[in-house]
Amino acid sequence: MSRIYRKKIRYFIPLFLLAGIIIYTVFLVVPIFNSMFLSFYTGSGMSPSEFTGFGNYTKLFTQFPFKDRFFNAFRNNVKFFLIVTLIQNVIGFFMAVLISRKFLGSRFFRRISFLPTTLSVLVVGFLFSLMLNPVWGFFDKILEFLRLDFLIRPWLGDPATALPVIAIVVSWQFMGESILFYTAGIDAIDIEILEAARIDGAGPLAEIRYIIFPSLLPIIGIVTILIFIGDFTQFDIVYAMATSMGNPAYSTDLFGSLFYRAAFSSPERGGWGMGMGAAVAAIMFLIVFVGVVFWLYVFRMRGLKNKEGA
Amino acid sequence: MARTKKTLATRPFLYIILLIYAVSILYPIFLMLLTSFKENKEIFTNPYGIPRVITLGGYIKLLKISNYMVYFKNSIIVTVTSIFFISVISSLVSFVIAKYRFFGNKFIYFYFIAGLIIPIKLGTIGILQTMLKIHLFDNIISLIIVYVAMGIPFGVFILTDFIRMIPEELSNSARIDGCSEPKIFYKIIVPLIRPALAAVAIINFIPIWNDFWFPLVLIRSDNMKTVPLATALLYGQYETNFGLVFSVLSMASLPVIIFYLILARQFVKGLTSGALKG
Repeated sequence: MSRIYRKKIRYFIPLFLLAGIIIYTVFLVVPIFNSMFLSFYTGSGMSPSEFTGFGNYTKLFTQFPFKDRFFNAFRNNVKFFLIVTLIQNVIGFFMAVLISRKFLGSRFFRRISFLPTTLSVLVVGFLFSLMLNPVWGFFDKILEFLRLDFLIRPWLGDPATALPVIAIVVSWQFMGESILFYTAGIDAIDIEILEAARIDGAGPLAEIRYIIFPSLLPIIGIVTILIFIGDFTQFDIVYAMATSMGNPAYSTDLFGSLFYRAAFSSPERGGWGMGMGAAVAAIMFLIVFVGVVFWLYVFRMRGLKNKEGA
Repeated sequence: MARTKKTLATRPFLYIILLIYAVSILYPIFLMLLTSFKENKEIFTNPYGIPRVITLGGYIKLLKISNYMVYFKNSIIVTVTSIFFISVISSLVSFVIAKYRFFGNKFIYFYFIAGLIIPIKLGTIGILQTMLKIHLFDNIISLIIVYVAMGIPFGVFILTDFIRMIPEELSNSARIDGCSEPKIFYKIIVPLIRPALAAVAIINFIPIWNDFWFPLVLIRSDNMKTVPLATALLYGQYETNFGLVFSVLSMASLPVIIFYLILARQFVKGLTSGALKG
């Protein structure tokens, strides 16, 4: 190839990359860093200009009401994540094992399991609010039917039950996503390994424990980190079922709703100014970052090391 | 892959679990749609059954009291335009990364991939400031730009691997025939990546259509609203008018439900191709 030809090839490369790099950098990368910088400033309005170093963070961690809301949201978010993981991930895993078997209608179950995930979180939140509504909702009627009347309570009005309820709703909605990933993973397992195990007399539980679960570990990792990131930025469900204030009594306040309120609401409705809002966002980013690093280490590095060792 | 057909009839307990699961998924959605066709009175006299009288009253009221057609149009414009640009830009970027060696190739790839784990929501303050500066605040164009930025990482992730698998012989024979590199992209690569592009389009459709956060932050005027934002505001306003409320929820959901039911198979392929590779 002549040198001229080679030069000719090269010119279009930056051209093709240009639009992508610009839009991605200006509207995804830069804003994240901007938020971090902004968290070191304080002042009113859109562009706080008074430099305050770590002042916002100090306020966030030590002053009332900031520290109360912050650590409350933190606790709630952890609880939320654990409940969602238990239902969406664990129950979802077993549902996937069930659905992945070939039986009459298995295709149907696979298809419909993803249906709730196609809805907007907002709509699901509103829908379940209505279903839990004592006037119209049928949830209480079901409890009556099952002679569990004593359990009836204002599910979304009771600080003790509100958070678990919305966690269950989110799990209901996204279980289809877990099932989708896990059934794909199970489909990919070599049929011969399963048949060999069955010949050796392995029952279904042993099958799960020794073959399915280990094979699915990378996918379990991916699903878990996706749930993690999604939960620690979740906003829509709180808005729909508990308003952005995290009713009742901030018992459903998550980082997503806290961030929205702090950064974009007026002071009467819980706004803390852009500087503090940016600080909340920076902390959320840190949490996600730590989670991802942890995931990379546990699920990817370990896996790679095993491959090299073997 | 052949699997011995196992009848679940041998395990009735498991079949019951599946049945409960299916009902728990289908009934709420079904009920939401059904109720949207009921008259207000019947919503209370016959809350959980099939409507005895089918009425479009809720929907008609919805159109009367709000600009719903405008909201719907906005959502369509935003979603389709965003998906178009995501596809085009991701293809261009992935093509270059996958097929050409140049300084910084690997870095640029990981630069884009990093966007997969960065929740763009966290930069909202910066995005809001930028949009105000370039006078795109309260404009659906701002939404399009944000969604494109959001969708590029996944597009690059899927398409780069896909394009890498296209044999270089095809490009080489085109070069011998005097084809320029951009033309190779246009005439050879693009037609071959159609399935991957479809996957990218399908996977982005739902989160973009359903997005509530960015319209909430970036949109003020009524005629710039999208369906999710309108849904939230209408629900809050008319919470007690059940017929209207269910119509609002159903209108917001029907497009995606129909979209999903028609394209279910491509959907599954698209989502899992990403996961299994990772």
